[in-house]
Amino acid sequence: MKSAVITFPGSNCDRDMAVAIEKISGQSPARVWHGDTSLSENYDLIAVPGGFSYGDYLRSGAMAARSPIMQSVVKAAESGTAILGVCNGFQILTEALLLPGALMRNSGIDFVCREVPLIVENDSSRFTSAYEKGEKIIIPVAHHDGNYFASEDELDRLEGEGRVAFRYAESVNGSARDIAGILNAKGNVLGMMPHPERHVENLQGGTDGVRIFESLTKTLLETAG
Amino acid sequence: MGISMKIRIFVTLKNGVLDPQGKAIHHALDGLGFSGVNDVRSGRLIEMDVEDNVSDDDIDAMCKKLLANMVIENYRVEKLPESVPA
Repeated sequence: MKSAVITFPGSNCDRDMAVAIEKISGQSPARVWHGDTSLSENYDLIAVPGGFSYGDYLRSGAMAARSPIMQSVVKAAESGTAILGVCNGFQILTEALLLPGALMRNSGIDFVCREVPLIVENDSSRFTSAYEKGEKIIIPVAHHDGNYFASEDELDRLEGEGRVAFRYAESVNGSARDIAGILNAKGNVLGMMPHPERHVENLQGGTDGVRIFESLTKTLLETAG
Repeated sequence: MGISMKIRIFVTLKNGVLDPQGKAIHHALDGLGFSGVNDVRSGRLIEMDVEDNVSDDDIDAMCKKLLANMVIENYRVEKLPESVPA
């Protein structure tokens, strides 16, 4: 699996993401700096990691979404490349309009940093096929702006099209319909607030994040084979 | 040299969008003993100094493309009268 991890000033989960991808896919991802204007290769997966890009100035993800490299990421998304945005990466993907809605300040005001139970809502996407629909998994969250907002029409559309990937199994941040992660209409872009890259080995307290990367690796092998 | 103008852009959350920060501010005002506050909504003020040949359409585009997130926010542009020669 040829992959890339984008790093913005203020990203802090880029290395964890790269380690998780390499551990599970067996191939080390390219590291791409935000100021690069183009992606030098055709990647199977581009990961937009967590952190506090540009200090969360203006709005979380707003500045990163307008950085030069994101224009290339948007083009790659349009041509079908898998794009995984985690935490700040999810915020960046909504700001870049690759995913609908917005991530607002947590309803409880506080930064939330803990393991949370999630319900897998979609087990047919290229990111989630190694899970089972309805399964409960544990993945850590660490965010201040994870409160997913979209219009009622948009929420109905997401649910109707099976594009809610993960839902919180308990109240975490006030997200509309407890949404923790969503897919775009084509199914090649996933944004999620929980950090799967932080649960890929037992030392981290759990391994429920592994199957995101297994799903991606497996789907790519199938389409290639 | 052109004339510059000062503009203010007020970015506010749309009606119906929950504002946890406004709620917290409201709660703090209550705690300080101020009564009679019915609701608090927080927003953002952006001041810019621009050349006067920058059109209203350009300013609208700046708001829509970056300064406001149109999914959750509205914006209002105010031109300050005391614009002075550059």
